[in-house]
Amino acid sequence: MNGTLEISGLSKSYREPVLDHLDLTIDGGVFALLGPNGAGKTTLVSILTTLVRPDSGCARIGGVDILASPREARRLFAATGQETTLDDLLTGRENLVMLGRLLGLGRGASRRAEALLEQFDLAPAGRRPVATYSGGMRRRLDLAASLLTRPAVLFLDEPTTGLDPVSRNRVWDDVRALAATGTTVFLTTQTLDEAESLADRIAVLRAGRLVADGTAEELIAAVGGQRLSLLDSEGIEVRGIDTDGTAASLARALSSLHAHEEELHVALRSPSLDDAFIALTQTHQEVAP
Amino acid sequence: MTSLAPSRPSSAHGVGPWRSSGVFIGRSLRHSLRDGEGMLMAVALPVMMLLLFTYVFGGAIIADGYVDFVVPGVILTCAGFGAASVAISVNRDITLGAMRRFRTLPIISATVLAGHVVASVLRNLVATMIVILVALAIGFRPSATVLEWFAALGLVAVWILAITALFACIGLASGSVEAANGYGFILLFLPYLSSAFVPIGTMPSWLQPIATHQPMGPLVEAIRALLTGVGEAPVLASLAWSCGIIALSMVLIALALPRSKDR
Repeated sequence: MNGTLEISGLSKSYREPVLDHLDLTIDGGVFALLGPNGAGKTTLVSILTTLVRPDSGCARIGGVDILASPREARRLFAATGQETTLDDLLTGRENLVMLGRLLGLGRGASRRAEALLEQFDLAPAGRRPVATYSGGMRRRLDLAASLLTRPAVLFLDEPTTGLDPVSRNRVWDDVRALAATGTTVFLTTQTLDEAESLADRIAVLRAGRLVADGTAEELIAAVGGQRLSLLDSEGIEVRGIDTDGTAASLARALSSLHAHEEELHVALRSPSLDDAFIALTQTHQEVAP
Repeated sequence: MTSLAPSRPSSAHGVGPWRSSGVFIGRSLRHSLRDGEGMLMAVALPVMMLLLFTYVFGGAIIADGYVDFVVPGVILTCAGFGAASVAISVNRDITLGAMRRFRTLPIISATVLAGHVVASVLRNLVATMIVILVALAIGFRPSATVLEWFAALGLVAVWILAITALFACIGLASGSVEAANGYGFILLFLPYLSSAFVPIGTMPSWLQPIATHQPMGPLVEAIRALLTGVGEAPVLASLAWSCGIIALSMVLIALALPRSKDR
């Protein structure tokens, strides 16, 4: 199964540009797309899942051009969005069986539905209407619906937004298990934890452009520098001074201390992915006109 | 979670439009059966209306044989009650996300509308049958031959299809489920402005042409003529209205369906 995703020169504007000549190739594994609100993440997923047409550019899933043959492409991917896409009036089981039939599983649909309900610990709840489900159960059922067949690429648009930590961890486990079977996972998220704990590769989208692309370590290294923290007697940071990591910049930082700060303890801290994310998204905000 | 491997999911082939319509019809029928209150309203309201007009207003309107006069109107009013709910079903699919998934499946997602429309027509035909049975029980004595019965039921079925299609468009175009619900009033209003409940001759002269020529005007006349043998049956005018509404709805659906994507 070919889970390659190739995006070239993809652009989309609604009044203002949302995606700006985006190029990206993903060969497999778990890919996380980070970005602040309005960066264009959901628009990109909508285009890749054939819901929205781009203004220009093209994209291929497993070698299939999604614009020229959307129906062919729909055989290769599944998507779970920010909002769940379930039928509230039907039971969990009925939802899965219906979608399974639409996907072409025929009589096998009900067996597959049972297996998924079992896997996602929804077997008893499967007989109740989805309207009675909690947020976490809905997300899990929605994810199960994306796994009725085995997609080459699975799109997850902020799959854990609004979930409690327990439900979130369960979704993470599901995603890891799926990735282990060879499906390419394209994940968008606003939580750095999520990207760091799931993804092999992280890209940062800012105002419709990719501003960073690599592993978590590479992203942190790209931002570079060391932060000089001034700590009070309880170890709480009173002030932090960002340096580029050289001795000279540290010396400058130390000599700039105020008299009352000279009694404080100091610590050097490597930036976290959080810092990298803030640095990447803010620098570009300042650079952009 | 246990491993995903043992159940060996296959690839997604998708299904053709007939198969997907079948699945969606099953889904919509399941919705109807599950929505007990909705079914009760679709049947109880027209039956109540039949009883109300026959026993309460009947005496004041036409002293004798009002049940024979009013039944065609009640049948059509009942069709309106039931069909209006399609707007809500269609709008739910769009605003609550189900359509978003259907659009990413390897199927023709517009067939979801076929499911709603077919289920609505079936639901309304059942309600119509119940109204006819109650009418017969309280003294409705039609003179129709078997052929005339079929003709009348055919006209009713085509009319139900027409307004169901129209309400499917309304559901697509409405911004919210509440708004979609609100438009149902239009259809509850139409039958009163026809000969359904009172003879047109009793209306002010400026209103008479409107009542005669509005879509439900000829239909009420045609069904009454076919079932009870009173007056001429403007079958062609009735069919023309219904088919016109169906054609218009198709065009509006074709225009509104792609636009409903970005919501």
